[in-house]
Amino acid sequence: MINFQHGDSLNNLAAAVEQIARDHMRPFTRAVDEKEHELNPDSYINTMYEVLKMTGGAMNSPVMGAKEGGEKKRRTGNITSVVFIEKMAWGDCGMYLATPMPLLGGAAVGSAGTPEQKQKFLARFREGKPKWAAMAITEPGMGSDSGAVTTTATLEGDEWVINGEKIFVTAGKRAVEDSEGFVVVWASVDRKAGRAGIKAFLVDHHTPGMKVAKLEHKHGIRCSDTAVLVFENCRIPKENLLGSADVKPTGDSKGFKGAMATFDATRPPVAASAVGVGRAAAEYTSEYLAKQGVAPRYGIGRNKLTAVEKDLMMMEAKVKASWLLTLKAAWMSDIGEPNNLEASICKCKSGRDMVWVCQKAVELLGSEGYSRKHLVEKWMRDSKIGDIYEGTQQIQKLVVARRIFGYSREQLA
Amino acid sequence: MFDLEPSEDQKLMVQTARELAKNEMDPAAHDADEAAKLPADFLKKSWELGLACAAIPEKYNGASMERSAVTGAMILEELGAGDLSMAIAMLAPSLVAYPVLDYGTDLQKEIVLRACTGSEFPKLTAALMEPVYDFDPTALRTTAIRSGTNYVLNGVKTLVPNGSTADSFLVYARVGGTGFDNVQAFFVQRTVPGVTVSEKEKNMGINALDTVTLTLENVGVAPDTRVGGAKGIDFERIMSYSRVAQSALALGVARKAYEHSVTYAMERKTWGQPIATRQAIAFMIADMRIELDAARLLVWEAAWHLDKGRKATKESYLAKMVVDEMVLKVTDDSVMVMGGHGFIRENPVERWLRNGRGFATFDGLAMV
Ligand SMILES: Cc1cc2nc3c(=O)[nH]c(=O)nc-3n(C[C@H](O)[C@H](O)[C@H](O)COP(=O)(O)OP(=O)(O)OC[C@H]3O[C@@H](n4cnc5c(N)ncnc54)[C@H](O)[C@@H]3O)c2cc1C
Repeated sequence: MINFQHGDSLNNLAAAVEQIARDHMRPFTRAVDEKEHELNPDSYINTMYEVLKMTGGAMNSPVMGAKEGGEKKRRTGNITSVVFIEKMAWGDCGMYLATPMPLLGGAAVGSAGTPEQKQKFLARFREGKPKWAAMAITEPGMGSDSGAVTTTATLEGDEWVINGEKIFVTAGKRAVEDSEGFVVVWASVDRKAGRAGIKAFLVDHHTPGMKVAKLEHKHGIRCSDTAVLVFENCRIPKENLLGSADVKPTGDSKGFKGAMATFDATRPPVAASAVGVGRAAAEYTSEYLAKQGVAPRYGIGRNKLTAVEKDLMMMEAKVKASWLLTLKAAWMSDIGEPNNLEASICKCKSGRDMVWVCQKAVELLGSEGYSRKHLVEKWMRDSKIGDIYEGTQQIQKLVVARRIFGYSREQLA
Repeated sequence: MFDLEPSEDQKLMVQTARELAKNEMDPAAHDADEAAKLPADFLKKSWELGLACAAIPEKYNGASMERSAVTGAMILEELGAGDLSMAIAMLAPSLVAYPVLDYGTDLQKEIVLRACTGSEFPKLTAALMEPVYDFDPTALRTTAIRSGTNYVLNGVKTLVPNGSTADSFLVYARVGGTGFDNVQAFFVQRTVPGVTVSEKEKNMGINALDTVTLTLENVGVAPDTRVGGAKGIDFERIMSYSRVAQSALALGVARKAYEHSVTYAMERKTWGQPIATRQAIAFMIADMRIELDAARLLVWEAAWHLDKGRKATKESYLAKMVVDEMVLKVTDDSVMVMGGHGFIRENPVERWLRNGRGFATFDGLAMV
């Protein structure tokens, strides 16, 4: 039955998260932007960690729904997760990314990890001090083409030895230096095998041979640490390989595909974070303009609308459309339907349109919008990352088009 | 809990509509457009399927389907994908039946709803739009002024579907100042003095649909012609239903254009490769799909608000705004995907573009 309403328990949780966003994120949002890495939003981090521990980490790791015995079983984890994230990003997207939780690294363990790995790497997020996890795929010479990883992992006795450089690792420093977290590192066990040789490895915090070489200075989401991680003969236990060690003959990319499937679970959360920023900007703009006497006349003849009214309405509609697409993709995971197409659709649309929404917000406030007195300019800067990471807008379109045509990545590159 | 799975009933109705679209509408659409005439028997055949006024209660001999804007939106998308002219024509009786069902007096229901459940296609239609650039349902130029116990109607209506053969028009007119609250609906018989029905209008698209201009000059009507009598109608809600309905038709037009583009792009080769393998085309088609999926959710959500008993003014308005833009872009791109062939009338895409362009101006042409 078509239903656009969440259950009471989710609505209650959402209200609680919104309260946290209001009380523990918004008051610091300007300061953490201006101070970049100098100011840790500690009050938020500590509060949030307690909440996450209490709720058993409701949004810790989105998981694919399962078809058990042929019966579709409805789960709620994915929708819950996007609802949480949207609210938090509405509070502050950079702070959301600095939230002590397993984030993308956790999603990888959640969908590909063994029970032992889950116990070893995820259970820690329910106890002790705040912790982070990170995902390290991108390298200086490689981004969208994630199959071109050059970092290597070589088996020596009971250990994998990792060598290489990873860049743009979100929460990289917090995960491996500032807390007892971990990072999932993509590396090749056999460069000749191409994509089939790429595996994901769980590297624990403070592992010798791994160091944080740099933190990036960014356009937006400034309080999120974006780290360069360098691996020099970094040794990890053999059992820290995520997924199978098999290297299938070149051309067969099943193992790699398994790793890529993680993205079906993580793209909707990224879309949700984009929507949160867009909604913040859209709401602020309409409230600001309402004080100046602008009241969008929903329902009247369209050619009577002012340009400002039309823009406000489009902002609102785009936020809602992006959000509904995100919920749809998450819902599909929850009912155990493959959502590769829908995950990319929501990520593409939200990433792109929320940039438009935030840029409009700056325009609609006039010179005030350009001033740092207001948050809209910050949201505009924060929004752009949603269009880039976890697969750029263009990469999402590639995925969508391949799905539509049934093409392989060779047929449509 | 959030859910996007249609019910079994909905799936069944969608299937019926889809078959009609596939077997009767789409194959006949080109010729109908060229001839500017519906296929003979189309109205009769489609009427027999009972898709148009399915929510009329058994009491009036109706099918008693649950009144649901969501279900309506699903069905209308299928019909829109079949052919827009035919869809609007076959659905026109619901423009009259549903407002009467929701707000009519017992007598009005008895007469109108029975007419809409008979074996004959009802010669009833509604007249809302006016031939001005800034048409505004909340500030209609057509007025109904009280004179004694009667009303006197003055104004010009355009794009009145099935107008040439209609016996009776449901005319929306302003009874006071501006705003939805000041709009009421009146039944006007074709034969009443002061009523002039034009020749069939000639438009850019929806050529097979018979639309007329209706001119009302000091047309006197009795108080019992006013829908709902003294209580009247909730025009705001009627407009929401109508905007959902039109948006759903537009989804259908856009979906058809999208599907056509997918098939064509995989067949058509340049430099030895299907054009679908080129990003310029592949990304265009990916965008069609993204915007189509997004728009559909907005339409469904607006419809769902209506089904919950809300007015859904904002939701239906925004959905329509987005859909109108989307359908133009998607149909335009579908012409582009075909290149020069897209410009040739033998191919359907240029027709979809002509039809698609209409939605931004259309108001009140369909109802769920
Ligand atoms: C703040 C931030 C946080 C990040 N967090 C992480 C993280 O936690 N972990 C991680 O591993 N990575 C992370 N990234 C990296 C991010 O995912 C990549 O930057 C992104 O995937 C794009 O890769 P690139 O920067 O190398 O761009 P490139 O791949 O060099 O792309 C450049 C441009 O070309 C386009 N393009 C590339 N290939 C194609 C193609 N085949 N067809 C059409 N267009 C194409 C792209 O869309 C883009 O516009 C982060 C990046 C930033 C900025």
